[in-house]
Amino acid sequence: MKTRIHVTLKNGVLDPQGKAIHHALESLGFEGVNDVRQGKLIELDLDDSVSDADIEAMCRKLLANMVIENFEIEREAA
Amino acid sequence: MSDTASESQQSITPEIVAEHGLAPDEYDRILSALGREPNIVELGIFSVMWSEHCSYKSSRRHLKKLPTEGPQVICGPGENAGVVDIGDGQAAIFKMESHNHPSFIEPYQGAATGVGGILRDVFTMGARPVANMNALRFGRPDHPKTRHLVSGVVAGIGGYGNCVGVPTVGGEVNFHSAYDTNILVNAMTVGIADTDKIFYSAASGVGNPIVYVGSKTGRDGIHGATMASAEFDEDSEDKRPTVQVGDPFTEKLLIEACLELMASDAIVAIQDMGAAGLTSSSVEMATNGEVGIILDMDKVPCREEGMTPYEMMLSESQERMLMVLEPGREDMARAIFEKWELDFAVIGEVTDTRHMILTFEGETVCDIPLGPLAADAPNYDRPHVPTPKAAPLTDIPESTDIGADLLTLMASPDLASRRWIWEQYDHMVMADTIQRPGGDAAVVRVHGTSKGLAISTDCTPRYCKADPVEGGKQAIAECYRNLSAVGAKPLATTDCMNFGNPEKPEIMGQFVGCIEGMTEACAALDMPIVSGNVSLYNETTDSDGKATPVLPTPAIGGIGLLHDIEKMATVAFKAEGECLAVIGASYPDIGQSLWLREIHGREDGPPPRVDLKDEKLHGDIVRRLIDEGAVTAVHDISDGGLLVAVTEMALAGNIGIELDAMDAAFAFNECQARYLVTYRTDAPLDRNAVPFEKIGTVGGDAVRVNGADIPLADLRAANESFFENLMGR
Amino acid sequence: MKSAVIVFPGSNCDRDMAVALEQATGAKPHMVWHRETELPDGIGLIALPGGFSYGDYLRSGAIGANSPIMREVKAAADRGVAVLGVCNGFQLLTEAGLLPGALLRNAGIDFICRDVALKVASSQTAFTSGYQSDETITIPVAHHDGNYFADNDTLDRIEGEGHVAFRYDESVNGSARNIAGIVNAAGNVLGMMPHPERMIEPAHGGSDGKRLFDGLVQALG
Repeated sequence: MKTRIHVTLKNGVLDPQGKAIHHALESLGFEGVNDVRQGKLIELDLDDSVSDADIEAMCRKLLANMVIENFEIEREAA
Repeated sequence: MSDTASESQQSITPEIVAEHGLAPDEYDRILSALGREPNIVELGIFSVMWSEHCSYKSSRRHLKKLPTEGPQVICGPGENAGVVDIGDGQAAIFKMESHNHPSFIEPYQGAATGVGGILRDVFTMGARPVANMNALRFGRPDHPKTRHLVSGVVAGIGGYGNCVGVPTVGGEVNFHSAYDTNILVNAMTVGIADTDKIFYSAASGVGNPIVYVGSKTGRDGIHGATMASAEFDEDSEDKRPTVQVGDPFTEKLLIEACLELMASDAIVAIQDMGAAGLTSSSVEMATNGEVGIILDMDKVPCREEGMTPYEMMLSESQERMLMVLEPGREDMARAIFEKWELDFAVIGEVTDTRHMILTFEGETVCDIPLGPLAADAPNYDRPHVPTPKAAPLTDIPESTDIGADLLTLMASPDLASRRWIWEQYDHMVMADTIQRPGGDAAVVRVHGTSKGLAISTDCTPRYCKADPVEGGKQAIAECYRNLSAVGAKPLATTDCMNFGNPEKPEIMGQFVGCIEGMTEACAALDMPIVSGNVSLYNETTDSDGKATPVLPTPAIGGIGLLHDIEKMATVAFKAEGECLAVIGASYPDIGQSLWLREIHGREDGPPPRVDLKDEKLHGDIVRRLIDEGAVTAVHDISDGGLLVAVTEMALAGNIGIELDAMDAAFAFNECQARYLVTYRTDAPLDRNAVPFEKIGTVGGDAVRVNGADIPLADLRAANESFFENLMGR
Repeated sequence: MKSAVIVFPGSNCDRDMAVALEQATGAKPHMVWHRETELPDGIGLIALPGGFSYGDYLRSGAIGANSPIMREVKAAADRGVAVLGVCNGFQLLTEAGLLPGALLRNAGIDFICRDVALKVASSQTAFTSGYQSDETITIPVAHHDGNYFADNDTLDRIEGEGHVAFRYDESVNGSARNIAGIVNAAGNVLGMMPHPERMIEPAHGGSDGKRLFDGLVQALG
């Protein structure tokens, strides 16, 4: 089963890459972009036996750094 | 080509031949080499082996003229890289290579994989890479693409080199409109090996296992080698999917694993999979060893499902090597690669058939006689016309304000500080960088010794355009000077020949002319060419049919040896009160100077003459003065001329200079074979032994010339402004 | 004194660190592969070197922080063994939870390699005993992710308890409060982004880095 983990920087953590993308969009002439935050998308192909708690543990242990990042788990419906 | 059945049955139409970049007469050669029609796998193999990139079909006969031998040369061109003796049982192994087209299409990955490829060429031969260099040419700074390309290329070079942990210690950068849509990205690697542990590519030993190591094979870069051999057109930007992606982490593991295995005696032959990947590596190993080879394509580690033999043979996936092992050593070798978490697969064996045979799913999908593949390879004598000599300048412009001209020049694209670039490269990792970027040559210590290797990359394309023969000479001469200026004995060079479309006689004439000049200079200065690379078709045709070729750019990478790094010279002024002198005579040759171009908007006149006898003599003198400790700072005079070089010395030492009166022609001519040196007043130079003229006294916080002070702070601000303005950071 | 350098796949300053440690301790350090599950007996100093462990993939130091040997490094640190993390080593120490905070992408986005001026914030640690407090020293940096981040409470705490070892004397990478290196509460674990092992002899352009190693070895006895 496909599971997507969205990892994003916590609010208040400086995101220089997001800032650079924002700046680039503006210099390309796109208007109305208020803010850009860059994150990561990690796709896992998991056995059905893997529980939500297991995925949560993977995120806390490795996939996200809880000092600076949040994560969101998106499990595809079986 | 969804499966092999359709692949081997596919009939070869003229359209398919053309899609593979083969001319009709080249296809006829294939028919005669095989004695039958090729299948698509065989056609693909011929097309990459006979591409300009792999076969040197337009350049081979001319490259042969270059001096490649000398007592210092252990291995010249023909292997993965050149090998030069540096004494004490050690060798320097080095080469420069282009990655121009991929870097234009995707600058980060193109430049990164260029670095990865040249690193593999060097560690394949048993050397630990100790330094990276590069030679970059971009379009005019205000071209809409330039900023993006500079940013991507620099980040890509840094991203790869920094991660593998090999210091990027220097290079050169030019900007010119001729490179607007054909940038040049030439990367050089220098490594050090023990002379009794050098590895070559010739396969031998019938029955010996052929082993694939490194990353898995994917569909990336298929037809990269043929892409590198075709002119750009306006559709090129759609070629993005064929660009390879680099993985410097895997490369680092591959370096460590290969060097660990090389410490044993298990390897018979080894070759990296560069352009045209598995095809060129296997063909070259078998051809060089005069043996045959059989590969089982079912055993090739693949990243994607359903890959066909055609795709496997043409893939340019990075970070892969092919080896022939001694029999019975597979398990030991496998253990090393598994420790480093790399793929390891026995995929074939050496045969005595002199054929390359590929099998897949129990069928033979390719059977090519290697003799004809090499012997029948095209070798063209393309028509060439010499570049007409430029008329001497008759109307040399005046300058009213040398100081203002100097400030303009220091901020100009070709002379501005490159600090913005080199601070993005880890130039200190390995802790042996003894002379950092910004001087005449970079110097890396030979680890654990007091010896140093000096490295410099050089070429002045505008000279080559105006006069290819003099330009070719000058590229070698400048490299010789840069190495000499740090105190190193120049040993040998590598070349990266970047030109336009060789099917045009005037372009081929540039190529032939540059080779002629280089040949003369290499011989006179005892700097044989031991490795190199040719990149042709660096040319864009716009929708109106107007072709813009790059400036002829024979980029030279040279290395020199310092016996005692404590004696190394640098460009920086050391102390107030010391005397500044110029060694070598100055002629008012102002043609093709940056002053003429940047101040007066003119790119004309002949380039400065190159007197190889003077170059040799003055280089010998400067090295002797450095060795004796008679000079406190040394700088070669090149782009921008004498006053620019003086200013660079002042900025590096953060001490000013008071100069004797001079006119613009003296200040800014770029005449050759000259060095600036400083010496203490209590230890003057010997006028009988050194052809010098004292031109100033070190001191103050400005460059003082003709009664005017140009503050160092202003000069530094000007020098730093170009990249800050261009890159906006 | 016996020392060890932990080698991760992708470490590339392991040799440089070994040279510096050998110069300071008089003995070659043990090079310990990351998959080992035990440290050699009697190790008094563990160094986590610079480089790109696991290519900096996912996050700098994140994958290496889960290598088998890190359990032993943590146990040794808990016993009071000195642990020095430089550059990627600092990133590994924060990812492993041995030091607070995290190292983010440089504020200017680009990789930075150059000499920087550092203020010795405290000479009261074993690692900084070769310096005077408030002294300015020169040591190079070479990193892409050196922008030190921690929440304000944490920053207040480590500053208040004197755990800041080095500060940048100029703006380098956007680090919170210009922090370049910190020690843990017990004072036996130091993480720093600048590379002292690259400034240990005149040929490097200076010896300010050597003083860290010499002072540390002397302090550890």
